[in-house]
Amino acid sequence: MMFRGLWAILKKENIHIKRDPATRFIFAIPVIELLIFGYAIDTDVKNVPTVVFDLDRGAESRQLVQEFANTRYFMLLGEVHSDQDLQSAIVSGRAKVGIKIPPDYSADLINGRQGQVQVIIDGSDSTIALQVLNSSQQLGFLKSLAIEGISPAQFKIDVRPRLLFNPNLESANFFVPGLIGIILQLVTVFLTAFSIVRERERGTLEQLLVTPVSKGGLIIGKLLPYTAIGFGQTILVLLLMVFLFGVPINGSVALLLLLSAVFLVPALGMGIVISTFARNQSEAMQVSIMFMLPSILLSGFIFPRESMPLPIHLISFLIPATYYIEILRGIILRGAGIVALWDEALALAGFGIFFMVLSALRFKKHLG
Amino acid sequence: MSVVIKAEGLSKKFGTLTAVDNVSFEIEAGEIFGFLGPNGSGKSTVIRMLCGLLQPSAGGAELVGFDVVKQSEEIKKRIGYMSQRFSLYEDLTVEENIDFYGAIYGLARPDMAARRRTVVDLAGLEGRMEQLAATLSGGYKQRLALACALLHDPKIVFLDEPTAGIDPVARREIWDLLFRLAAEGTTLFVTTHYMDEAERCSRVAYIYLAKLLALGRPQDLKRLPEITPDGSQWFAITSDDATQLLPELRRHPSVVDATIFGEAVHALVRHGTAAAALEDYFRTQGDASVRCRAVPPSLEDVFVALTRIHRGPMKGR
Repeated sequence: MMFRGLWAILKKENIHIKRDPATRFIFAIPVIELLIFGYAIDTDVKNVPTVVFDLDRGAESRQLVQEFANTRYFMLLGEVHSDQDLQSAIVSGRAKVGIKIPPDYSADLINGRQGQVQVIIDGSDSTIALQVLNSSQQLGFLKSLAIEGISPAQFKIDVRPRLLFNPNLESANFFVPGLIGIILQLVTVFLTAFSIVRERERGTLEQLLVTPVSKGGLIIGKLLPYTAIGFGQTILVLLLMVFLFGVPINGSVALLLLLSAVFLVPALGMGIVISTFARNQSEAMQVSIMFMLPSILLSGFIFPRESMPLPIHLISFLIPATYYIEILRGIILRGAGIVALWDEALALAGFGIFFMVLSALRFKKHLG
Repeated sequence: MSVVIKAEGLSKKFGTLTAVDNVSFEIEAGEIFGFLGPNGSGKSTVIRMLCGLLQPSAGGAELVGFDVVKQSEEIKKRIGYMSQRFSLYEDLTVEENIDFYGAIYGLARPDMAARRRTVVDLAGLEGRMEQLAATLSGGYKQRLALACALLHDPKIVFLDEPTAGIDPVARREIWDLLFRLAAEGTTLFVTTHYMDEAERCSRVAYIYLAKLLALGRPQDLKRLPEITPDGSQWFAITSDDATQLLPELRRHPSVVDATIFGEAVHALVRHGTAAAALEDYFRTQGDASVRCRAVPPSLEDVFVALTRIHRGPMKGR
C-alpha cells in the first residue's frame, strides 16, 4: 500500500482549499502579477524627458532640436537658460537628458567648420542612457552625412536587420512567457511548503504520523490539489497573454502544457524539501524566498543570462526555472518544437528526479 | 492477563539533553496506566517513542508484540493517540474529521458506518456533527479527538493530558468514558497532572528528570518505605487560622515536610511525635483550633516526597 490514505488526504485538502479565505485570491494573484509585469515594466525606451540649453538660437540649432524630437526617443520639456538650470533639471530628475548647443553652432556649420553639440545624459539608468547615447550619436552621424550630400540610399553597404518573433520589440512578449514560469513556481513551491508546514505548526501532522497513512499517500495527496491550481493558473495566464497582450503562441500548446507538467515535478519537490526545513510558516516563508529569488533574478526572466558574469551564469544552470523559461519563450515566441527544446526538457526531468529523491529522503514519518 | 506494552531501558537523547533515561515497565491489557511527572520530565517523549513518532536512542519497546522501531507501521494500525493539544482540523466539521480518520485507517464502508455510530455515541457527539471543530468547546474538542482516536478500535490508546484545561464536569465525563473503554479491554496510557485522576488509575508511574522513580498501584505507592521513613507519620492538620499554619509547621523541629492538601496541611512528622503533642504545641503558640489526625499519605504527598528525595542535596529545601 504505497499510497494508503491518498484519497482521504485528497478529499481533506479539497475542503481546506474550499474553506480557506486565501483561496479567493488564488487566481487574482497571477492576474495582478501579469498586469504589473506586462504593463508597468516596460523597458522600451521612448520619450525620454529632455531639456534644451540653446545659446545659438539660429535656424540650424532650431532644426537640430526638432530632429532630436523627431526620433521619438526624446521628449522636449522646454528650454533652460543657464548651465545651472540644466544641471538642476537633471539632478532633480525632471529631465534625463540635456542638449547644450554652443553660441557659434550655426555659424560653424555655415562656414564649413565642425559644429559641436553637447548631450548630457543621466547615466543612473543604464538602459535609458545607452539608448539615448546611441540614438544621439546616430543622429549626429546621419546629419553629418546629409550635410555632405550623402543619403542612406547611397551607402556602400546596406545593413538590413530583420527582427524575428517580436518585430515591434514589445517587452510584454519577452516578459509574459517568462512570467508563466515564475507564477507556476511561486504557487507550487509556496502552497505545498505551506500546506505541510501549517500541519506541523498546528500539530495535525503529528496526529497523522501516528496513523498508518503512507508517506506516498500523504505527499501525493498534498501535492495534487496544488498541481491542479498551478495548472489552472498557467492556463489563465496563457489566455490573458494571448487575448489581452496579443502575444500569440507560435508553437504547440500541447507541448507547452506537457513540459509545464514536467516542470511541476521539481517545483513541487522543492516545496516539500522546504517544508522539511521549516518548523513554522514564517520560517517556510523565508526559506521559500531564498529559493525564489535566484529563480526570479538569475533564470533569465528579467535579466539576460548572456550578459551575466561567468560564475553567476554558471549558477543559472542550476535553477530549474531557467530551463522552463527557455522552453516557454521557445514555444510561445519562436514556435520551437520538442527537438529544439530536448536539452531543456531533459534538464527539467533531471531536476525532477533530484528533488523528488531529496524530498523522499528528507520527509520522515516520524518527528525529530 | 497479557502484557501489551513492554518497555526496556527506553532512552532518548536530544543532543546533550537526556529526555528519557533508561525507563522500563510492562503494562497489561485493560489497564488504565497513569503516567505522571512534572512538565519537561519526559512524559510526552516516552509516549512519542511508544507510538513510533520518535526513535529511541537506546533500549526499546514492544506493543502488542511488535517492535516500536522495526514494526512501527504495524503498531500504528493498532493504537490510538490523543496529543496534548487539539490536533484535528479546525476548518473541518466534526463529521468530516471523523470520516477523514476513518478513511485514513482504511475502514471499509459497512464497518465504518458501525464504528462511526459507536464512537459518536460513546463520545456523545450526536447533534454536533455539522459543527466546525474550531467552534467546539474544550471538552467537546477532547471528545472529538477521542472519537477519532477510537475509530479503528485500537488495542491501546495513548492520551497525553486529555483533561488539561477543561472544566470539572467535562473532565469527569471523559474519565467515565475511559473507564468504559478499559472495561471493554482497551489499554489506556494516560498522562495527567491531576491527582484525583491518578488515584483512579489501576497503576501509576512517576517520572522525574527523565528517570522513572516509582511504579505501582496507588495504594502500594503510598506504602513505599521512602515516603514515610523510620517510623515517621503523615498527619492531616487543620486550623481556623490556616494562613499561619503552613509556615508554623515548617518551622517545627519534628516536621520533615508540609504541603497544603485541600483544606488541610499534610505534614510528614518524625517518629515519636503524637498528634496530641502537636495540638498542644499550637495551643501554647496561641492557636487552640489546630486539629491533627494521622492519615495515609496522599498520592501527591508521595510524588512530592519522591521529588524531594531525588532532587538531591543541591536544590533541597
